[in-house]
Amino acid sequence: MPLLETHDLTAFYGDFQALYGISLTLQAGETVAIIGANGAGKTTFLKTVAGLIKAQPSAVRFAGNDVGSRPAAEIVRRGIALVPEGRRLFPSLSVEENLLVGGYSSRYSGYWGLKSVYQLFPALAERRDAPATALSGGQQQMVAIGRGLMSNPKLLLCDEISLGLAPIVIRDIYAVLPDVKAQGTSLLIVEQDIMRALSVADRVYCFQEGRVTLSGRPQDLTKDAIHAAYFGL
Amino acid sequence: MLGWIDTIVQGVLLGGLYALYATGLSVIFGIMRLVNLAHGDLIVLGAFLILVLSTNGINIVLAAAIVAPIMFALGYALQSLVLNRTLGRDVLPPLLITFGLSIILQNALLELFSADSRRLHVGALDAASLALGGGIAIGIMPLLCFLTAIAVIVALNLLFFHTALGRAFRATSDDAETAQLMGIDNRAIYAIAMGIAFFVCALAGVFLGARANFDPSIGPARLIYAFEAVIIGGLGSLWGTLAGGIVVGLAQTIGAQINPEWQILAGHVAFLGVLVVRPRGLFPRAAD
Repeated sequence: MPLLETHDLTAFYGDFQALYGISLTLQAGETVAIIGANGAGKTTFLKTVAGLIKAQPSAVRFAGNDVGSRPAAEIVRRGIALVPEGRRLFPSLSVEENLLVGGYSSRYSGYWGLKSVYQLFPALAERRDAPATALSGGQQQMVAIGRGLMSNPKLLLCDEISLGLAPIVIRDIYAVLPDVKAQGTSLLIVEQDIMRALSVADRVYCFQEGRVTLSGRPQDLTKDAIHAAYFGL
Repeated sequence: MLGWIDTIVQGVLLGGLYALYATGLSVIFGIMRLVNLAHGDLIVLGAFLILVLSTNGINIVLAAAIVAPIMFALGYALQSLVLNRTLGRDVLPPLLITFGLSIILQNALLELFSADSRRLHVGALDAASLALGGGIAIGIMPLLCFLTAIAVIVALNLLFFHTALGRAFRATSDDAETAQLMGIDNRAIYAIAMGIAFFVCALAGVFLGARANFDPSIGPARLIYAFEAVIIGGLGSLWGTLAGGIVVGLAQTIGAQINPEWQILAGHVAFLGVLVVRPRGLFPRAAD
């Protein structure tokens, strides 16, 4: 049984249809990357899985349950955390408070807590009392990932975690993902940088205009096939 | 000279009452950017509920302790059953609903209690005072009112800044969508916030009724004082709201000292004066 399975998932913003029947599976322990041009529906897909956009109940199955119509607050408790695009830290909360809010729903304990997040990102421990938005972009991204981990998710959705960051910072951030996986968290990553996505993912899906145009293991995909799926040429 | 010191002391104490009127308004505006136009009428409702209990022989402190949780439940229900349906970008629907609620409350109270002026009697405390020496004395009830306002603000600040629920309040205020991603049910947070506002309305009702006469029609004027206190203090800061209440209270008593006709006017003039000098209030929150 896959950990996450979407079946013919459609999503709308009002009258505008953003997703046209996305079917995607993710096995427990896998890292899956979604690539695609701007407007391909990648962020919409993650938001729908996270419960911010309503879908048909059976269109999203997580750990064997239909969760497509459940509200976001319940989805987190079921074990899916989203690190949103643009980080979306809470500006009036300190770094530590942002992390604590991330653990708001996890009444039970797991590996991830303040201590283990600070071990993962030692730079945050020194700035724990600073307002979250006073940090550098890379450190803010660390807070956003740490905040997502605080709920001890079974599946972590990462939306463009490299956006706007320097290459060396991106490398540091991607370097922690193996530690995250080691604690039993599966990853679903949206990434602009195709090479980066191909190097970390077990399997890749390419979206174009709300549809899956290509999927497979990175080593099985040719550059030409990805090019065609990405641009639709 | 002595008269002026006395005036200032009384003005500060009156400010405590206005801060108590305003705290609930400040909380719900801070968390969900909602202006509750029925706020003044809810204070009057609280006073009438306490009046009903106290005329049946229940001690006024006990009556307030019974009414405050009831008001909390009413606020929770109003938000979760009605106002949560109007959430969205448009600020007009919640304004219209609370405006309608204000009219409904005034007329319902008029129907039930008539237009007669009422008063909450607190026994010997009604006229008790504390001599400060030098010919200045302060009433026990105004002093209790001021201390209650401070206690409410301290308690709410402890809640907002030192508890998990408080972090959820502030996170929801910052960004309700992202707060949901943290497992926070923003609708429940809004309902609790409205409950807190109603709870404080019940406390304000005690001092509204003990200080002067009240009848079903006086809610809207309390709303204006509360609104002025919130705006003078700066949106989002409860201590600012207390300062705003004191500014309005001081202006009113000083105005009345000069000429009794100027009492109400002086409060409004002080409000406009502060807005001219500090358009965002005395203690605006750094963000937004």
